[in-house]
Parts: sequence; C-alpha cells; structure tokens
Amino acid sequence: MTTAKIIIGRRSFIKSMAVAGGGLMLGFSWLDSYKPGTDQELIMPDEWFKINAYLKIGNNGVVTIMSTNPEFGQGVKTSMPMVVAEELDVDWKHVIVEQAAFNPEIYTRQFTGGSQALRQGWQGLRMAGATARQMLREAAAKAWNVPVTEITTAAGVLFHKNSGKKAGYGEMASAASKIPVPKEVELKEPKDFKIVGTTRKNVDGDKLVTGKPVFGLDVDHEGMLITTVAIPPAFGMKLKSFDATEAKAMPGITDIFSFRTYKDDYERNFFDTDAFTELIAIVGKTTWEVMNAKQKLKVEWEPFSNTSYQVGGFGGRTQTIKVPDGLESTSDHVARMKEAASKPGRIVRQDGNPEEAFKNAAKIIERTYTAPFLGHFMMEPINFFAHVTDDNVVVEGPTQAPEFVERTISARLGIPVEKIDVKMTRMGGGFGRRAYNHYATEAAVISQKVKAPVKLVYNREDTTRFGVFRPTYYVTYRAGLDKNNNLTAFHVKAGGIPENSLHANRFPAGAVDNYLAEGWTVDSNITVGAFRAPGSNFMGPAEQSFLDEVAETAGKDPIEFRLDLFKRAQENPVGKNNDYDAARYAGVLELVREKSGWGKETSNKNRGVAAYFCHNSYAAHVVDVVMENDQPRVERVCSAIDCGIVVNPGEAANMVEGAVTDGIGNAMFGEMTFDQGSCEEDNFDTYRIIRQKDAPKNIDVYFVQNEIAPTGLGEPPFPPVFAALANALYKATGKRYYHQPFIKNSF
Amino acid sequence: MAIFNLKINGKVHQVDVDPSTPMLWVLRDHLKLMGTKFGCGIGQCGACTIHLNGEAVRSCITFVDSIGDQEIITIEGLSENGDHPVQKAWLEHDVAQCGYCQPGQIMTAVAFLKSYPNPSDEEIENAMDGNICRCGTYTRIKKAIKSAAVS
Repeated sequence: MTTAKIIIGRRSFIKSMAVAGGGLMLGFSWLDSYKPGTDQELIMPDEWFKINAYLKIGNNGVVTIMSTNPEFGQGVKTSMPMVVAEELDVDWKHVIVEQAAFNPEIYTRQFTGGSQALRQGWQGLRMAGATARQMLREAAAKAWNVPVTEITTAAGVLFHKNSGKKAGYGEMASAASKIPVPKEVELKEPKDFKIVGTTRKNVDGDKLVTGKPVFGLDVDHEGMLITTVAIPPAFGMKLKSFDATEAKAMPGITDIFSFRTYKDDYERNFFDTDAFTELIAIVGKTTWEVMNAKQKLKVEWEPFSNTSYQVGGFGGRTQTIKVPDGLESTSDHVARMKEAASKPGRIVRQDGNPEEAFKNAAKIIERTYTAPFLGHFMMEPINFFAHVTDDNVVVEGPTQAPEFVERTISARLGIPVEKIDVKMTRMGGGFGRRAYNHYATEAAVISQKVKAPVKLVYNREDTTRFGVFRPTYYVTYRAGLDKNNNLTAFHVKAGGIPENSLHANRFPAGAVDNYLAEGWTVDSNITVGAFRAPGSNFMGPAEQSFLDEVAETAGKDPIEFRLDLFKRAQENPVGKNNDYDAARYAGVLELVREKSGWGKETSNKNRGVAAYFCHNSYAAHVVDVVMENDQPRVERVCSAIDCGIVVNPGEAANMVEGAVTDGIGNAMFGEMTFDQGSCEEDNFDTYRIIRQKDAPKNIDVYFVQNEIAPTGLGEPPFPPVFAALANALYKATGKRYYHQPFIKNSF
Repeated sequence: MAIFNLKINGKVHQVDVDPSTPMLWVLRDHLKLMGTKFGCGIGQCGACTIHLNGEAVRSCITFVDSIGDQEIITIEGLSENGDHPVQKAWLEHDVAQCGYCQPGQIMTAVAFLKSYPNPSDEEIENAMDGNICRCGTYTRIKKAIKSAAVS
C-alpha cells in the first residue's frame, strides 16, 4: 500500500496513516467546510439527495458526480468522477457527470495545468466517494438496527448478510444525507478497484459527435451582444488614436470604444501576462457584422517606450517585469541569443570539478540546440461570455484558471469575488494558452460599459497575434568522456528569450561526478507563457538528442548508455536535490526496449529512442521513420509510460497518442517568426500544424503497472518524442537535427 | 440585408442577412446550430465542414447567397439519434480529446465514405488532410473511418 503526503487545497489538511489489516485510514477535516443546505452552487431537484459537494444520489440510485476541474481534452471530466465512483462503489452506468462551476469554498485546485489534476485530486476524490459510501452504510445500519461493520456494498447496493436485507443506494440516500460526515474512512486497496484501471469512454462523447453546444463559443444567452476587439498589429506597439465613424455606420453595430484591461496601479498576478492592455471594442448583433466592422476601423498605433509593471509572485513577493521597447524580429533574436550564449551564465548547480574533468577528458563533445517561439493554436478561438450588472457578474467560457479569472475581474471592476460567478465550458484545446485569461476581463469590461450580456469572439488571426507564446530557446551541451568512454563531465548552459528552460536538477545531474548547469536570458516585449510541458518541451528534446550523440561517440547502445547512468544515480547519486527516481526512469526505458523489439532485427533500421521525466511522470518512446519521396514519415511510435496507477487506460492511451502526434508536429513544423514585432504566421495557411498525412501511422502505448498514486499524463509524453524523432531521422538521413523545426532546417 | 430560404437538415429556414455572410455564421448566430465550428475563417482547418448536396464544404468560405435551393446537412442533421455509422464508430474508438474539431472531421468522413466505401489508408489520409485535430487524434480518426466503412 502506498501512502502519499496529503495536502489538499489551502483550507484543508488530511493526515493519513496505514493501519493494521492493510487499509488506509484517513482522518480529515476537509468536508467540514461544506455545510449541507448552505451551498448555493447546486440546486437540487426534489428527488436528489446531496451527500457531499462532489456527489448527489437520486432516490432511484442514479448518482450525479461533479467534475470540478476545467476540461480541455485531457479527460478529467471522465477520469476524476471515476475515482469518486470507485470509492462510492457504484455501477458506472448509473453515474451522470456534471461540470461544476468555480467554487473555492467547496472545491480545491480547480485549475488545468502542470498535469496535476489526478495527482493532486486523487485522495480528495477517493474520500468524497468513500465518505458517501460510509454514510450510506451508517444509514442502512440504523434502519436495519445492525452494526455498521456488518454492512457491505457492491455496485450501488447495500447488503446485510446475516439478515438477508439489501437496499439500493437510492433508498438510503435521504437518510444518508442526514448522517454526520465521518471523521475517518477506509479506502479501497488498489487490487479491489473495479472502475479505476478500466477504460470508460468520454462522458461528453455523445454530445461531441452530435454537435451539442458544449464549448465557450457555443454559449448563447437572451439579449446577448457579440463583441470583438482590435489589438495592436505588433509587439512593441500601443494604441494612439482611432476613427470609428465608418465602422459605426456598418449594419448591426451598436458601439465602438477603447478600454484598458487593467487599472493603472494594478498589481498583476502570474497569469495576467499580457502585452496589449488598451484595445478597441466593436460591439454588435452578430459575429460576422462585428468582424466586418473591425475592418473599417481607422486606427493609429504607435511604438511604446521601455516600461515595467508589478507582478504579485508566489509567497507574497512582488516582482518587477521590465518590458523593453522596440519592434523585434526573428533575425535579431537569433543574433542576441548567440551573443548572450558567448558570455558567462548564472551558475545554478555545480558538482565535483567540471573544469578539471573537461581538462582531463579523452573526448569532448559540444553541441548547440535551438527552437523557435511556438503558438498554441488551440482549435477554438479565444472567446468568453460576460454579463455584468449592478448586482453581480456572470462570466462563462473556456478557462484553465477560473480562480484567476475571478481575481482579475474583481480587481478591475471593483466587485468582490463573492459576487462573481465563473462558469467553465469545455475547452476546444488549451495547451497552456487558456491559463492567461485577459479575454475574460475584456469581456467583463465591455459588458459593464454596454450594460448588456456580451460574448467576446476573437478571430483566428488575433487569437494568434495576442501571443503568450512558447519562448524561443538555445542550449549548449558539453560532455567529457574518459579513455574508457565513461561520462565524466557534463555541462549544460541554457538560455532563451525571455526565459530559459534550465532544470538543473534533472538527469543526467546525479549520474555524473562533475556537473555544471548555468543559464541566461534576454529581455523581450514578446509575451510568453505556459505551453504543454513548459521548459521541458525544449530541454527534453535537446538533452535526449545530445545523449544519443554522446552514446554514439562512446560506442554504446543509447539505451544501455542511459541505463548505466541510471544505475549510477540509483546506487551512488552525485549531489543533492536530484529530482527524479532513477529506477522508474530506467523502468520506462526497459519497457520500451522490450515492447519495441529494440536491438532485434526489424525491417526498419531508422529507429530513435528517448526518455524524459517531467511533471512527476516518466515517458520513453521509440520512433521508427521511413523516407517517402525524400520526406520523412513516422511509421510507428512505441511509447512506455510510468504515471503510477492509470485511472482510465483507454483515454490515457489517447492522451499519449495525442502528445506524441503533437510533439512530432511541433518538432517538424512548429515555428512562430516575427518581423518588426509582428507575427509572420497567424493562421493555418502559414503556421503549419501536423495533419493526417504527416501523422504517425501507428502508435502503441504501454503503461508500467504499479500501485503508485497517479501522476501527470498530459505533458510528460510530449518532450521526449521530439528527441526520439530527431534520433530516428539521424538514422534515416545520416544527419543530426539540432535546430527546430526540422522540416525547414533540413528537408 | 436580404431574405434567404435555406434547406437545412430537411427543413426550410428563413433568414434575413447580408448576402456576403458565410454559412458558418448563418448557422451559428442566426439559426443557433452550434455544432458547426469556427476554427480559422479561411477554409484551412475543416472545423466548419457541412454538406452541400452531399459534398463536404467549408462553411466559413461558403456564402449564403451561393446556396440557392441546395440541400445543407450539418452535424445536427446527420442522424436523428446520433447513430450514423460514422458517429457510432467515433464513439466506439473514443476518438475525441477536446472534441472541437470532431463534428468537422465526421462531416468530411461521411462524405468521403460515400465515394470510397472501402478506403485504403492512403485514401483516408488524403481525404482527411484538410481537417486539423490539434489534440492529435489522427490515428483514432483513421481507425474509426475504417470501422464505419465495414459497418
């Protein structure tokens, strides 16, 4: 039995202790914050009995489980309720899943990002189900006048063996809802799981294939106006003046005005990243009309001067962010990175004596890797609904970070958070971009001004041009081998604009006696933010491509070479704070070696391997490439993943397939370039996203079987596939791939 | 503004719109048929795919004044109960991640299968290349199309 340190949310702490007999007993206080009858969030129909904030049971035994986290395709709307249903011990067929609104009083961590939903939700979700089951058992014990310990359950039915009595959950739901919340509760052993670990299909599947309105862009309310915004054409520019005479005369247009997204003295939060804070709103009756009117606006934009703003950091610290002026181009970025890379960086970690070790090395290999800015290009363009009245605020739409939507709107409108309702729609993709919700505030400001409900809709081009890109990165690796081809020295120097991607405590730190990690950055006015596996999405590809070349130089098989290093890190780790578990890391490599038939005679010799650890999970891939008309095509990807217990294997495999495809696409094609501050690619005709003809022909996904509490899955498989592809391409073409995107820089 | 009588999903709908309005926005804003998705506005991503006399077309670049009496089918009108063989195959393979592109993928696949009832992998790839899935569900899309072809 694995026990985890459990801290759920800011309000509650749950202590755990293993007890005799193997069960996990939990004492907890977290449900105390929920008081039956005072919750305005969920309005119960008469036949429903609410057991706790996560679930209600109908008198017919049907169970509604709330999905608390924002869903953007990672499958939490199915997998998280599965965990509740498991411990509740009901038949999944009798479960309805409902999307909960944002409500920090009763739910914890309603946030999508960092591959943390199941990891951080695991114990809380289990307890929500187990608590309810315990209350049902107590209700039955009371009704039948027998000891509660004699009440068993199976698939939504309560049994008392000795008397032969039984009752469905629905029959006991009313009584159970009045039972005090138990102080401790027993959780199932993983071997007894009946739902967790089995494939359950997307709970929204029917709605998605029939076109039901489940996305933010589908939101439609009585009296709703449509609005769009005009944004500066380039980073480094701001609004000077505009003439809306002609645009206002267009059919269907009700209002055009400029506004500021933030108050002047506003201290921004981490997710308020935003280059363009003064915009022009075009408000009208229909989307086509406002988009047409926007074309008729006459706007003068002007360069802005060096500026800075305050960002409230974690732990109450305030940081000053400097925004340089100027209109930046990709060619400048490359030159500035080269210059910065030639100077000493900031040393973050040093083990042993790297300088000496490199001096004594028999062979030194040094390589530089680069990657461009990337755009998220989620399929659903930016949008949000807002209705601001004198009494309250209702906002609804696609967001990964509802808490920050509420906070920023509260600060902007001067309305307390209690009066702000944030509803979450299913997101048409996010990939990090929808953690930055300037558009929700924009919608709220516009609604307040026009005194009407509005739906803000960006076109595709402005969805792109508003930025929040994956930074551009640059890293130089240096490895020293002794005369026996052992890795004796390792040096990583990572930079980027405006952030670098250094993770100094990651592999191969801990496996090499002499290790040096340093970093540098270059300021920019181009806004950046989270993009699937932030930082890791460059370091994984670069590091794992480099190690492939080091292994080759050492004359070793790339899997064997890594396994030797993991053995070292396991048996006699170098330094402190190594952030990975070498045994689990080795485990995915061993599994992918077995499943891919690595080292065995195959028809395809163009194979590459890579493994990476990030977001608490381990992933390894073997990629097989074929050349078709001098163009590479991925024939097969074999993936091995260790993310602990796999809650919903079918959808988890889908997630890995998606991450693999996304990684191959970004490695081959992804690139956002700038000319004088302006995006050179802003739609799917210029920015190349992987399509059906470029996609891998086959992807086989295997999971390591263990009973470790679940860790993330949305991000971890993404970084290593870039490198497995690069290493396979090397086999296919005889060339190494140092610079993304590979297609532009090589084929 | 002008009045158009449009045959959509077996019914005639009357709308009073600017003749240059793309069908995408007629469907979404005027008729509240939200299944047809806005993705790019330039016919590059396939999210807005509908059937015009049985052919898959991009509704974001198909203007209302070009429709005349041609028959439009949207994802909502593909089947009465969501049980078209392609929709069923999509559920069988649990294709969707975010799901946003899937109505467009399904509409393209349905029209394609009419001409290619037993498609090869290459034919599927060619036919589906205009529909982007940013989540990367392409291998499942291909499997679902093959399943639907069999049924």
